[in-house]
Amino acid sequence: MVTNLPAIGTQFLIDIPALDSIIGGLRRRGYEVLGPVVRGAAVVYDAIEGVNDLPAGAGDEQEAGAYRLTRREDGALFGFVLSPHSWKKFLHPPEARLFAARRDGRSFRLLNGGPAPPPRYAFLGVRACELAAIAIQDRVLLGESYSDATYRARRQGAFLVAVNCTWAAPTCFCTSMRTAPPAEAGFDLALTELVSSERHVFVIEAGSRAGAEVLAEVERHEASPGDRLEAERAIAAAKASIWRKVNTSGLRELLYEKFDDPRWDHVAQRCFTCGNCTQVCPTCFCTTVDDSSDVTGQQTERWRRSDSCFSQNFTFIHGGSVRMSAKSRYRQWLTHKLGAWVDQFGSPGCVGCGRCITWCPAGIDITQEAAALRADEEIAIGKGDAI
Amino acid sequence: MSSKKAAKDERKTIAVFKFASCDGCQLSLLELEEELLSIVGAVNIVYFPEASRVMLKGPYDIGLVEGSVTTHHEAELIQQVRRQSKMLVTLGACATSGGIQALRNWKDVNLMVRTVYRNPDFISTLKLSTPVAEHVPVDFELRGCPISKYQLLELLSATLAGRKPNIPTYSVCMECKRRDNVCLTVAQGTPCLGPVTQAGCGALCPSFNRGCYGCFGPMESPNTDAMIALFRNLGRSDPEITRAFRTFSAWAWQFRQASEECEHERKAR
Ligand code: SF4
Ligand code: SF4
Ligand code: SF4
Repeated sequence: MVTNLPAIGTQFLIDIPALDSIIGGLRRRGYEVLGPVVRGAAVVYDAIEGVNDLPAGAGDEQEAGAYRLTRREDGALFGFVLSPHSWKKFLHPPEARLFAARRDGRSFRLLNGGPAPPPRYAFLGVRACELAAIAIQDRVLLGESYSDATYRARRQGAFLVAVNCTWAAPTCFCTSMRTAPPAEAGFDLALTELVSSERHVFVIEAGSRAGAEVLAEVERHEASPGDRLEAERAIAAAKASIWRKVNTSGLRELLYEKFDDPRWDHVAQRCFTCGNCTQVCPTCFCTTVDDSSDVTGQQTERWRRSDSCFSQNFTFIHGGSVRMSAKSRYRQWLTHKLGAWVDQFGSPGCVGCGRCITWCPAGIDITQEAAALRADEEIAIGKGDAI
Repeated sequence: MSSKKAAKDERKTIAVFKFASCDGCQLSLLELEEELLSIVGAVNIVYFPEASRVMLKGPYDIGLVEGSVTTHHEAELIQQVRRQSKMLVTLGACATSGGIQALRNWKDVNLMVRTVYRNPDFISTLKLSTPVAEHVPVDFELRGCPISKYQLLELLSATLAGRKPNIPTYSVCMECKRRDNVCLTVAQGTPCLGPVTQAGCGALCPSFNRGCYGCFGPMESPNTDAMIALFRNLGRSDPEITRAFRTFSAWAWQFRQASEECEHERKAR
């Protein structure tokens, strides 16, 4: 056992073989390591065994309703921005069997006490906005009044390796949502990739004792002031390139006032109510519960499946669905994300990752919709320019 | 099986009827190989010409109807089937929305008959291929070309237990995302009808890198105007868009309207 653990918060420099050792160290500890890999036409998060699985030289271009995988000359391992599906698919899986039961005479017998033992995940490449999203899901799903067993079991065992973005996509607006890099808390290890014609290294720091223990096992040097400056500059350049914005000041009140705004009709004409935005969003957590029985009537199961405020059955009560129109469903989504979430959980439900913008087949842009709602406000009360 | 024994049977009776169709949907019942024994233990299939010689008279607890109504004879038969079935379920795109044979609804059927058959006088057919629900009330519609055998099993299990079946009416996209697919439209610019099509297939085509063909028909609130706009954006011509909406669920009114809109738009231009 290593006795001298690297201090939490101290920055070190490691090379690619050392990153490979970190992955190996996590695997030795029994973690299933998940990280970015190229699958088909995108970088997705999946099982990895070492650095060779990482998407060297993969980049991405993102715009509203469009994503293209690109090649980069520099061989960066984290040169893409965001994967279509977030870590939510592991922590808050879209389908989970809650229990099964069998008829037993006039009673019944539970076939399992609850969900199966959770996997122990280590995530490699969690961006700052994604850490913020996990913190939001923690508030929702590990709250005092309600704690979700499936999420809790997966979340508690998880090891998070953050990666600070050194590139941003045109769909990013983390700077508006105060979730921008560098990652400050909530990780076990945090990396910043430095890639140039001279060297390909990582600035790394531990954020927890578990992180320090893993870092202690690999070859490293303390980062020089020059290394640290290079990392800071790379992050600052990424942030400076972000141009999408949401003006969050007074936004919650504004949205409540805009309940009847004609802009909702405008967006409803374009919205498919397909639900893609809620499925890719790293904070959207809504699920439905399906009870089913088999054809013999002997066995029953309860499944939890992802649901969406864009589906009609989501608000089905006696007499029908409360939100029949596309307008009411889009309004619910945006107003909850940027407004009502604050009342419920103390922060907006949006971290500015831009996934809902990129992965909306209609290319609907939450930042544009929010700005349009504010714009007619400003025209109406005669201050400022319309956007 | 003697009819005497069947009469004492407490199991619910099922009859499977065929109209204008390819048999693919009723075969889904036989494809439930693993569950078939449990199914015949739970229900009594008393009329299924495709699979069994037993053909008992009605009334039946559940009538499963495959196929669309295309002839005078079928139009009369469906009335009898309705009278004989306590619960009537349509199986698949033909029975639910007229099927691929509804493509003739935009053509002159007599001209087609004269072109295809050497002795057209022997052919007696209706002008339109129509869904069962245009003729009689339907209790439940199973979508798809063919249906999902799992949805059929779910419907039977739910009916026997007296519960609501778990058959979602939202988009294929919901299932596509649940399967962890990368969206074809966004990542490759492939036209896909997923956003306007009802789930149920498990996003089968997108999972094999093909855009959704819409065989499960319109989802609960299909925005076909947005779909037309998206297809045009992806470089599809109006005739191509008309054809995209006119496949398995061509006569479902939302798809029909969308296909006609593109057709008229083209003529107007
Ligand atoms: S905003 Fe986009 S992704 Fe969301 S439901 Fe509407 S069309 Fe689908
Ligand atoms: S609402 Fe959109 S931008 Fe905000 S966190 Fe969700 S997916 Fe990301
Ligand atoms: S590939 Fe098709 S079904 Fe899948 S998310 Fe994209 S549009 Fe929807």
